[in-house]
Amino acid sequence: MQYLLLLHAEEAGFMNMTPAQQQQGMAAYLAYTEALKEAGVFKGSNRLRPVATATTVRVADGKTQVLDGPYADSKEQLGGYYLIDVADLDAALAWAARCPGAGHGIVEVRPIWDMG
Amino acid sequence: MLDGMNLREGDERARTTAEDVARRSYGKLVAFLASRTGNVAAAEDALSEAFTAALTDWPRNGCPSNPEGWLMTVARRKLIDMVRAESRHPVADVELQSLEDVVADAGELPDERLAMMFACAHPAIDAGIRSPLILQVVLGLDAKAIASAFLTSPAAMGKRLVRAKEKIRQAGISFRVPGREELPARLDTVLEAIYAGFTEGWSDADGADLVRRDLIEESLFLARLVVELMPGEAEARGLLALMLYANSRRRARRNEDGDFVPLSMQNPAFWDGSQIAEAEGLLHRAAEMGCVGRFQLEAAIQSAHANRCRKGAANWADVLELYDALFALTGSPVVLINRALAVAELHGAKEALASMQELKADARLAEYQPYWAARAELLARTGEHAEARHAYQVAIGLERDAAVRQFLERRMDAIGD
Repeated sequence: MQYLLLLHAEEAGFMNMTPAQQQQGMAAYLAYTEALKEAGVFKGSNRLRPVATATTVRVADGKTQVLDGPYADSKEQLGGYYLIDVADLDAALAWAARCPGAGHGIVEVRPIWDMG
Repeated sequence: MLDGMNLREGDERARTTAEDVARRSYGKLVAFLASRTGNVAAAEDALSEAFTAALTDWPRNGCPSNPEGWLMTVARRKLIDMVRAESRHPVADVELQSLEDVVADAGELPDERLAMMFACAHPAIDAGIRSPLILQVVLGLDAKAIASAFLTSPAAMGKRLVRAKEKIRQAGISFRVPGREELPARLDTVLEAIYAGFTEGWSDADGADLVRRDLIEESLFLARLVVELMPGEAEARGLLALMLYANSRRRARRNEDGDFVPLSMQNPAFWDGSQIAEAEGLLHRAAEMGCVGRFQLEAAIQSAHANRCRKGAANWADVLELYDALFALTGSPVVLINRALAVAELHGAKEALASMQELKADARLAEYQPYWAARAELLARTGEHAEARHAYQVAIGLERDAAVRQFLERRMDAIGD
């Protein structure tokens, strides 16, 4: 079963780190991805650019509204995701707990709703 | 005004007494009721209502001289009401009958906690839920706390616990300590369930996570309980000893900067001597009983590690012998991994890697962090740097503890080109 791990964190946290700390942070994610691949559960992953680059679009009453910034203005922002294919929710939670993002933010685990 | 003061004081005293009884007797009260009806969930509900009633009654009428008996009487009455309301249920009649047989004022309550633990760890109960079930019914931990500790969603954990209790009831799993022939195998499942709780707690023993730290204490409490109630069982002592050895080193696993410190680099001065002494005593007493088992062997290995670090005398041949005995007994791949590290000390990393060769095909180990950490360490020593780096990466990716991750990253960076 596929699950999407949504990584939420405070963006400022990463930006305020020293380059060495940033490199260490990246290394942890690389290792995590490697472990997912070795276990044969990795389906995909991407990192998102900071929320300052976000734009929202909505059509209401026939008018298209385009706004700068993210949809939800919260303390933690969506910064990336992992798509994994595992046996069940417990397995997905075990992977979420290993994700470096769980240590400096929140990992939301959502089952994929298969529309195929 | 004065009345208000007294009431508040009474409130306070009632709450303290109730909390005290809950801590001391919760499992005993549940076990006493459930063992008579086979219905664990109803016993828990009745008891929780009795505690609520106590918090209203005791401040007004004063704490009873025998709070346990008071709670038991009220809980029993609630339980009878509950069973009556559900009287169409096929087993309800039997439950009602056995409840009415309970003498209301039995004086000292018989301790049925052990029998209840055997019911919870019955082979018919799913192995994964045995430990959570025991933690809930004996200690009264709520499903939410247990779920976090076992990395499961609270809703799913709640459902599994309900299902397991229903299974005990419907399948007629009896609340009794098994007889001689059955006992060794059945005791194993109880001990394993207790150990499972301990190792869950151990995975973040130094972390900020209070639930996990509590899990270690609660598991130690359960192991002590089994030793106390079954003083003649060597393996129960073995388990308690094993847990105490591990726990004695809890503080030494971090230095003052919060960095992870592996066993070989720990300062034995930071170990808890009283826990080690207790563990040694338990292990000696167990050995005298002449019935070796898995937990005694694992505890003996911990004892050997502790002695080597404290006295500085290499004892790897002894350690290897213990691992051989343990592997002969369990056939567990986890034992082979730890054994390989002892092989490396005695015969070098190459031979150690060869001893792990057959594990490569074992798919279960793909997600087992200690396998990758051991492999990485050994590959680094034999100079297979690229493979070592890959193994370190996987080990880091599989680790939940940030301090251990950092430790492994430093080891990986230390590999030459």
